[in-house]
Amino acid sequence: MALHIRREIEHLKKNILMVGTVVEESLFKAMKSLETRDAAMAREVIDNDVTIDHMEVELEEECLKALALHQPVAIDLRLIITILKINNDLERVGDLAVNIAERALFLAHRDRDKKTPFDFSAMAEKTREMLGKSLDALVNENTALAYEVCMADSEVDRMNREIFLKVHEAIRADPGNVECLIHMLSVSRHMERVADHATNIAEDVIYMIEGEIVRHRAENFRSPDEQL
Amino acid sequence: MVEFPGKKDLLAAENFSVFYGSNEAVRRVSLDIPEGLVTSIIGPSGCGKSTFLRAVNRMNDLIPRCRVEGALRLDGQDLYEQGVDVVMLRKTVGMVFQKPNPFPKSIFDNISFGPKIHGLRDRSKLAAVVEKSLRQAALWDEVKDRLGDNALGLSGGQQQRLCIARAIAVKPKILLMDEPASALDPASTSRIEDLIAELRGKYTILIVTHNMQQAARVSDLTAFFYEGNLIEFGETGRIFTKPREKRTEDYITGRFG
Repeated sequence: MALHIRREIEHLKKNILMVGTVVEESLFKAMKSLETRDAAMAREVIDNDVTIDHMEVELEEECLKALALHQPVAIDLRLIITILKINNDLERVGDLAVNIAERALFLAHRDRDKKTPFDFSAMAEKTREMLGKSLDALVNENTALAYEVCMADSEVDRMNREIFLKVHEAIRADPGNVECLIHMLSVSRHMERVADHATNIAEDVIYMIEGEIVRHRAENFRSPDEQL
Repeated sequence: MVEFPGKKDLLAAENFSVFYGSNEAVRRVSLDIPEGLVTSIIGPSGCGKSTFLRAVNRMNDLIPRCRVEGALRLDGQDLYEQGVDVVMLRKTVGMVFQKPNPFPKSIFDNISFGPKIHGLRDRSKLAAVVEKSLRQAALWDEVKDRLGDNALGLSGGQQQRLCIARAIAVKPKILLMDEPASALDPASTSRIEDLIAELRGKYTILIVTHNMQQAARVSDLTAFFYEGNLIEFGETGRIFTKPREKRTEDYITGRFG
């Protein structure tokens, strides 16, 4: 009994990391295709989403089977529930990568020579770092890393607000370019959502290790001046 | 310690030990069991859980060189104090064993046996006790037309419910169950578990089980024993999702034991 569930859990862990790797790759390519206005790469991200969807469904079925067959308790139960939830978050990040790739595709056609200069590199870097750290926290069962991810979320929120203001100004300055600018705003919003999912993953990892649900306690993760 | 608001503690162990010769099978256990709830004791073989259970109705008295230390109180009464009437004690402490053990007598006589010993002679009152006990044990509808039949003719699951009916016929303060469903098929097991849920609130139930899922399903509180020590005691939901002790976690997740 115990050996069976150990093997099952190792298998689930391996599979969630595979989903994580594929999703990280997808997000990386989406951001790259936006930056380089690379339509082919953007299409690749869009086409690849079906693979992520299949992986998600397969892993969910495996988790449900493990729950039914082994009736896990304590850390085993928390781990499987956490994998189920993280699986869902990763699939959503995959969808957001597709959304970003769709914007990239549009901009590759309409703004090939980058007349609408928006530098997403800092935000993209921060977001990808959060996602990577949240998965590392899962693999290494590292709550300190998970808390770092939760703390970083407000920074991405701030970057998103800054981009909103920049887009706002740019639309006033150049109303003819409103379509491209709105796509830029969407990209920022999508990245901010990716950071939210990374935060969810980190919170679930904290639950898995400590058994405490830390969701909806955002005030714990903000610096005092932000709370004002 | 675990506190349930509005529930008084019925059974209280205080530094309670049980020795078989020089072997300390239960080691300085302190544990308060609240009234009206279901408490499970889990742990690997030889952890002292059955010894602890049997200490509550002094069944260990029958074992040579067995002695106890510390205190074990039921409703404030120290069970091992000199002068305790063991027969009266066993009226207030019901016991159900792993294998159903009906007397080779009629169904009616099995249930009325206890009340009769304790002085109830009136035939109609006895009949009322028999019916009430069988109803509470969810067996009445199956046997009401054959109360005169020999109890050994019942199925294993029915015999076990009969034993529960027999135990509650004398209105015990606490009902002890030692692996009450381990010799039964899944359907009979499920009926015993349902019965425990029905009896919850009316009786205080202390159950020893190897089946952890059963403990998780039926009990309000769970105590984990290991090598004679009480390792952890708490609300069942918490024990099975977030045990505080590493050894509890290792045991319930099957890493040892």
